[in-house]
Amino acid sequence: MKNIYTKIDEVVIEETLQNGLKIYFMPKEKHFKSYAFFAVRYGGCDRRFEVNGQWHDTYAGIAHFLEHKMFDTPEGNALTTLSANGASPNAFTSSEITAYYFQSTENFMTNLKTLLSFVSVPYFTDESVKKEQGIIGQEIQMIEDDPDHKVYLNLMSALYKERPVRESIAGTVDSISNISADDLYFCHNTFYCPSNMVLCVSGNQAMEDILFTADSILPKAPGYAIKRDYGGEEPSTPVQSKIEAYMEVSVPLFMMGAKIEPVNPGKLRQQLVAELALEMLLGESSELYAKLYEDGYINYSFYYGLETFPDGSFIAIGGESKDPMAVFQNIIESADNWKLTSDREILFEQIRKAAIGSRLRQLDFMEHLCYSRANGYFHKYDPFDAFDLIWDISLDEISEFIKTYFHFTRQAISIVWPDVKQGAV
Amino acid sequence: MECTRIELMPAVHLTCVQTDKFKTGCLSINLLRQLNAKEASKNALIPRVLCRGCTQYPDMHSLSAVFNSLYDMSVTPYIRKKGETHCIGLYSDFPDSAYIPEKDILKRAVEMLCQLLIDPVTRRGLLLSEYVLSEREKLCDDIRSKLNDKREYAISRLLESMCADEAYGIGRLGTLEEAAKINAVSLTKYYRKILAESPIEIFYCGTQNIDTVSRYFISALSALPRVLDPSQLLSTEVITEVGDVRCFEDEMDIAQGKLVLGFRLGSIMRAPNHAAIMVFNTIYGSGVNSKLFLNVREKLSLCYYVGSVIEEQKGIMIVSSGIDVKKYDQAKDEILTQLDNCKKGEFSADELSMAKRTVISSICAMMDSSSGLENYYLGQITQGLNFSPEELQMMVQAVTKEQVVSVAESIQLDSIYFLHNVKEAGQ
Repeated sequence: MKNIYTKIDEVVIEETLQNGLKIYFMPKEKHFKSYAFFAVRYGGCDRRFEVNGQWHDTYAGIAHFLEHKMFDTPEGNALTTLSANGASPNAFTSSEITAYYFQSTENFMTNLKTLLSFVSVPYFTDESVKKEQGIIGQEIQMIEDDPDHKVYLNLMSALYKERPVRESIAGTVDSISNISADDLYFCHNTFYCPSNMVLCVSGNQAMEDILFTADSILPKAPGYAIKRDYGGEEPSTPVQSKIEAYMEVSVPLFMMGAKIEPVNPGKLRQQLVAELALEMLLGESSELYAKLYEDGYINYSFYYGLETFPDGSFIAIGGESKDPMAVFQNIIESADNWKLTSDREILFEQIRKAAIGSRLRQLDFMEHLCYSRANGYFHKYDPFDAFDLIWDISLDEISEFIKTYFHFTRQAISIVWPDVKQGAV
Repeated sequence: MECTRIELMPAVHLTCVQTDKFKTGCLSINLLRQLNAKEASKNALIPRVLCRGCTQYPDMHSLSAVFNSLYDMSVTPYIRKKGETHCIGLYSDFPDSAYIPEKDILKRAVEMLCQLLIDPVTRRGLLLSEYVLSEREKLCDDIRSKLNDKREYAISRLLESMCADEAYGIGRLGTLEEAAKINAVSLTKYYRKILAESPIEIFYCGTQNIDTVSRYFISALSALPRVLDPSQLLSTEVITEVGDVRCFEDEMDIAQGKLVLGFRLGSIMRAPNHAAIMVFNTIYGSGVNSKLFLNVREKLSLCYYVGSVIEEQKGIMIVSSGIDVKKYDQAKDEILTQLDNCKKGEFSADELSMAKRTVISSICAMMDSSSGLENYYLGQITQGLNFSPEELQMMVQAVTKEQVVSVAESIQLDSIYFLHNVKEAGQ
């Protein structure tokens, strides 16, 4: 099926293979490179699941471990094969998906074949798993040294009672030491099935070639129905409102946020409401931002956004600050005093134009086209609907979002303070 | 894709890449300065202060409102180090007029950029003290926060130590000491001076042709003062001889050690073969097919990450790695062994052709991005070179094994830097 988006001059061709795999192709004829993104709906949060009537508990970090090991092939390493053939491959594991991707300016179809086959054909040995435990152990140590990661993970444990998002996607040195080759085969067999995956391609290619390649390489069976358990009902309020740590940083780091109640359907609309609300309240053209910036409470590192994971999402606001609690209090107060004024109407109009502009900018990036398409598929929406939906959202929706989620009972803050004991280098 | 470069005014050049490949157009305007310790912090501060407001839009609130209504047009301060040329300026991008109701978007973008550059908001002739001081504070935060990214921090410590007597040792953002001395009076005086005397490089990538773009700029820059100082020559000192290897270290409470090796490219810098240097770097240390990655990381598991980068304009190569501190000697020896293997020509015809393809592919990928093109052409200009990405691809294609070996042979280790845990020191 060919979808033409006239206003933004984009085309998206989609097909579903017999085995249930969804394929999207977004042509970019003038570009030298092409890009492929092959994603499985399996991430750091998918720790407990049911297949064939039986529940399984797996170790923290296994999805990420599997991602690392998938590159092993009986012939050697798929990274080497792809690079040798002119591709720049990589992969990542988020809380909800694992994705394998490459870009290449030549031999695209050969590279696509390699991508599809190494991701669908596992090859592990106890020896190679053992070796990977060393490599990932190092990666985990590096992550644990990272204050940005600490401030994030602490916020998760302040917000959530029992969601798996409380634990690092990579797991711990201890949790990954338990993983065996058999565990990896089992998880691959369960999740890496065509009906649980999506392939997105963008560039100067033809859909027929993509379909032919995918059809000839991938397994014929669609796979299992998987039930996932992400923990019980969460209260709407955080578990604790403040969490602190000390690390070697020059300026305190903070991240504050609130849990957002899941909606289904309506995920895209909720995302847009969150995005516009954050912009209205905290964006560079808000009074609050100007005040915080001019008083030196925030700097260029200031960020805000909506993050999603399976079965939920949260808003996060953070950055460096000499006084994180002052930022926290200013934001809560500003939301509390939020009123609809004629200035806000004008601001809302400008912010909607800006939201359109920032989406237009993303159309130049194949990585973004593919990633947002895959995300939209797993969450059942078309990301390009945003161009129209933005004009459909009312200021009342924005006000309600701000009043609800910026109430002080909803918000938690995580702070990493400079560790004075360590001293400067 | 067609690239044209013209002189708009004395020492003001416009480079224009006309293409309908992108939905977002981009512009940048850069003042070029010789990097030096006294000026670096001022240079880094100026574009940040300029981004705070111009006469027409004097504060963040009004600026951001106009950017929002121009469909998320962005203007960002850009501070880059190209060899020992300090490039300071503003970068802007904005949707092409084909996709939005605002048909004059390019003209508006040119006007915004030029207003911010030449018509900053002032009080009694001075840049606003509150802007200067708050941006100075944030600049200091940025200089200090280098500490947060240990990988980058280790590299900057190596460069500071290895190039202590060269301008290149100065960080892109300058130093805290110099930044602390800046006030509105000194910065205004300095700003007026460099605005008048610095060579200026303007870049545009988008659907419009050079005549349109130059017309917009000539009009928007009509008030730009030009008092050129012919004694100001831009150059980069290249050291080709090295003495005994110097070792530097710091202690910090971190789990993973960071080992960084600094090399000089040596005698080949007298007549550098740009393409051969790129191919060599790919074979030796850049990417997953490189000798460093395949041997030091994959085969011997001596590190979590390892890679080399070459700053050709300065004639140096940096190998940076994250290691278990106990493996310091093994990792260092293996990094050097792999360089020796390149010197001995121990790489196959396959490795050579694979590396060439990797380099060509990265050039193509760069051409798929307007900011990539901007950075490429600015680099060409500061190096005094003049070849297109297409020509560079052909040069890479023609690189021979002997040329790669002669690059490797010329490279010499200058300095080693090691950042490690306090408790486990002992190297």
